This record gives sequence, C-alpha cells and structure tokens, in this order.
Amino acid sequence: MFKATVFVTLRESVLDPQGSAVRGSLHTLGFDEVGEVRIGKYMQLEINLNDRAAAEERVKEMCEKLLANTVIEDYRCELQEV
Amino acid sequence: MNFAVIVFPGSNCDVDMYKAVEDCLGQPVDYVWYTQTDLSKYDAILIPGGFSYGDYLRTGAMASLAPAMESVKKAAAEGKLVLGVCNGFQILTEAGLLPGALRRNQSLKFHCKYVDLKVESNSTPFTLDYQEGEIIKIPIAHGEGNYYCDPETLNKLQENNQVVFRYEGLNPNGSVDEIAGIINEQGNVLGMMPHPERAVHEWLGSEDGKRMFTSILKYWRERNGAA
Repeated sequence: MFKATVFVTLRESVLDPQGSAVRGSLHTLGFDEVGEVRIGKYMQLEINLNDRAAAEERVKEMCEKLLANTVIEDYRCELQEV
Repeated sequence: MNFAVIVFPGSNCDVDMYKAVEDCLGQPVDYVWYTQTDLSKYDAILIPGGFSYGDYLRTGAMASLAPAMESVKKAAAEGKLVLGVCNGFQILTEAGLLPGALRRNQSLKFHCKYVDLKVESNSTPFTLDYQEGEIIKIPIAHGEGNYYCDPETLNKLQENNQVVFRYEGLNPNGSVDEIAGIINEQGNVLGMMPHPERAVHEWLGSEDGKRMFTSILKYWRERNGAA
C-alpha cells in the first residue's frame, strides 16, 4: 500500500490573486523579504496497490481527470510505501 | 419545446431558471435530478447557478462527473442546446464542453450586482433576438467568474466569433479579454457568468435576459417548423 501526496498549484502563467493578497499581508507584517507567493492544495490519498509503477500511473490519471484542472493548474505527486 | 433544468445538490438558481422558462415562454420545463441519465425528451438543457457539491475541490468539478452530465455531453454532441449560467458555466468548462476555466475573481470578492454586457454576436441560437453590439443589463453573482484560457485558445475563440458576451465598462472579475460568456465551436453550448434568468421582468430590475429565452425558442421553431 502507498500513501500518495498530491500538490496542486496554479500554473506559473496564471495569476494567483490569493497569493498576491497574502504577499501583501506578509509585507504589512514586515516580512519584506517575501517575493512571489503561490497558494495551492495538498491532498493525501491511500492507494491500495502493491506495485509502485502502477500506483504512480493511477495517481497521475486521477490528477489529470479530477484532482487538478490542467487548464490552470500544475500538480506534483509523491508516493510513500506504508 | 421541452426544457430541462438540471438540479445538482447545491444548485440554487434552478427555480429562477425554471420560472424564467415558464414566464418568458410558457413552454414545458422539468427539474431533472443529477442522477437521471435519460435526457432524450428535452430540446434544451439548462444548467443553473449555485454551489454544486459545495464547490468542493474546484467549482463545478464534482458536478461535471455527475451521471446526468454524460447525457448532457451526448445531447450537446447531437446538437441540442445547452446553456450553463454561473456555476453552470463552471460545470461546462470542467466537463470539457467549453474551453478554458473560471478562476477566483481578481479582487477576491464575491460580486453581486447588475453589470452591463455587450452582445458580441447575435448569430447564436441564444442571442438571435438581440442586436449585435447592444448593451444589456444583467446581474452577476459570483466569486469565481474570472475566465481564463491560454493565448492560443483565446485566438481561436476570437477568430471563430465564439465570444458572445463581454463586460462593458468595468470588468468585475478580471477575465481575459473582458469575457463574460462564450459558445462552443459547434455553436450549441453557451456558458456565461451573468444571470439572464434573473432579469426577465422590469420589476426584477431588468428584463434584458428575457430575449435569451425567446431566442432559444425562435431558433428551435425555425429548425422544427413548429408554430
């Protein structure tokens, strides 16, 4: 079995108004060193498969079909055996 | 002409849509629960606004996979008319029936107000009764109506005359090219953020949305030779 961790963020080419607002607030707090901020999603999935390659393939398919909207979002997955 | 209003858990403009068809056209209209898969009797399918599935994951993402949507895709492929308003527009993009995606409003605010729209094309089945270039007053009510598509898709939309409505004056959400509503390449699936179904009587603040419904009926009658 695997624990899959999926990170979804807006694509670099897509403006992230939430991130910009958070950056503004961080600057207000005096964190002037903060450059660009991008907000995303973190998801944890339990994958009931034994083969790593198969699990990777399936999670990728889940990202493409539902977990991320690839028109505006990028995703990244990590698999950890449990 | 038979109309279906698809109702998802969390839809909240379904009644407005239903009443708009009743009031403007007096044609038969049914609420169709999202689990229903037979849409064969309907000539037009209306996907109302709201917060289907609580906007979980992304607006429209879960609803785009609901059982009724397979049939909506089939109906769209057959050339039937499909109109998605607000959350309905979000669902149509998530389902791949329209290109692009709707992002969070640039201001991060939920905007609920009347806006001016420019009718960019009156050669669609949904806009026959408008004048091209006409400015109409239609309300918006959304937090995620910031239309996005990549430059290549935008070029295609512009070249094929698929941008049907643009915001006139102030753009309330930051959408690319001031886009408020687009139609698919085949010209039978329209998605828009503003709510024409909420603007069908003077006492609602505007009746500029009425002609969208009369256009749909006109189109259908012309094609079906019905009186």
